[in-house]
Amino acid sequence: MNFRIISALVLRYLFLYTRSPMRLVELIFWPVVDLMVWGNLTLFLQENTNHEFGQFLTFLIGGMILWDVLFRAQQGVAISFLEDVWTRNLLNIFVAPVRTAEYVAATFAVGFLRICVTVLVLCGLAAMSYNFNIFRLEWSLIPFFLNLLVFGWSLGMISTALILRWGQAVESLAWAVPFFIQPLVCVFYPVTKLPAWMQPIAQALPATHVFEGMRDVLNPAVHHLNMQSMFLAVGLNIVFMAIAGFIFTSMLNTTKKRGLLTKFATQ
Amino acid sequence: MSAPENPVVLEARELTREFDGVTVLDKFSFQLRKGEVLGLLGANGAGKTTAMNMLLGLTLPSSGRIEVFGKELQQNRIEILKRTNFSSAYTALPGNLYVWQNLAVFARIYGVPNAKQKIAELLELLEISDLSKRVTGQLSAGESTRVNLCKAMLNDPELLLLDEPTASLDPDIADKVRKFVQRMQKERNIAILYTSHNMKDIEEVCDRVIFLHKGKVVAEGTPKDIVERSAQTSLEDVFIKIARSGDVEEG
Repeated sequence: MNFRIISALVLRYLFLYTRSPMRLVELIFWPVVDLMVWGNLTLFLQENTNHEFGQFLTFLIGGMILWDVLFRAQQGVAISFLEDVWTRNLLNIFVAPVRTAEYVAATFAVGFLRICVTVLVLCGLAAMSYNFNIFRLEWSLIPFFLNLLVFGWSLGMISTALILRWGQAVESLAWAVPFFIQPLVCVFYPVTKLPAWMQPIAQALPATHVFEGMRDVLNPAVHHLNMQSMFLAVGLNIVFMAIAGFIFTSMLNTTKKRGLLTKFATQ
Repeated sequence: MSAPENPVVLEARELTREFDGVTVLDKFSFQLRKGEVLGLLGANGAGKTTAMNMLLGLTLPSSGRIEVFGKELQQNRIEILKRTNFSSAYTALPGNLYVWQNLAVFARIYGVPNAKQKIAELLELLEISDLSKRVTGQLSAGESTRVNLCKAMLNDPELLLLDEPTASLDPDIADKVRKFVQRMQKERNIAILYTSHNMKDIEEVCDRVIFLHKGKVVAEGTPKDIVERSAQTSLEDVFIKIARSGDVEEG
């Protein structure tokens, strides 16, 4: 791994963002719309339910902000790759001395930077408009954030691998993959509310344990983090990252074997 | 012109590629020496793009071996790519960045020392210094081609692969591109593999050419030799003859 090469690839994305203010709007606009929908719904429910339940409802806003961590991390990987496809730059990258791991690491870094921007804006807005302080999650914020970041990266690699293999015809997967898993990871409701057959699937996803943990911390009756479930999330994340790496490498090799890379990159 | 004793930079040995049971390149072997410009010619579907992709490590061969700088390509890909570069009419640099931004990114990838100065020198050499602060996506075909060539020269490559560098260029810009390639070969002794459908390019730039037809080598030699051997009047006529009959020899 060469840090200079990773930083060069990251620099390219930074140039892109400074060149196109609309990209910054995209980073902020949709998350803010989401926050307003869930924030206003939370306010409405708080005003129309008993005080204790109303307090508990803040998990809707917390869930929305943490979901964005996962979603932006996945998008950072998948959309960075698609940027190279759309601009017909992919071949220039693949014929440069860039290792696959360096390319992937650069997309991870872009994902991380995107999250920092989005989450900072959302947290500020949530604090001002809905009296929701993300730091109520205290130190548990760190394992929550890191677990969602890594799971988002894994999903990004899997989305990218599928696009790499089946071409631009399936590029909508870059957006569809996270929403496919959203109902399963229980962003806004406890895992026990899922149909029984779905619950084991949900438990196998690291993000589920983060959202369950967040609800525990925000719930005045519980207000502590179950560390066992966080360790489980870390373990599952390691497994998912290994699976994502395997799928990505396999798809890249298949693409090279079938001669599809150049076709895909120049179509 | 490269002397026969110059070291071999690129060697393909019995390179074969099959797609779904169809052989698109059949036991293709050649050597490219330091300072030599080798033209790879053939009609559409002859196998030259497949060959080029394999030589860049973008497509894996079904069988055969590729050695660059005496080393096997797939095993030493990164080391080889540091000393190689590529420009194609069918790739582009990100259109939403300024020209200098694109070149700065690739200079960093290749670890070019004094990148700013190097970029300025290359832009000057290609007579496009004024494009530095232009948005890449707004350039004309001729300007884009020269910016791509600038990218391809950033790391002072010892091996340069040029895929139809004059495609869709007007005669003036095409001439400038040819002159640039010739100058790089002469001054820097670069080994260049050149594909083109423009026979004027080939006659002017290439020391030696290989004609492919349906994945097989059907003629090899200097452009002049091949024209004489086939009893045609020009390389373009040879191209047409091969494309239609698959054979270069008269009769």
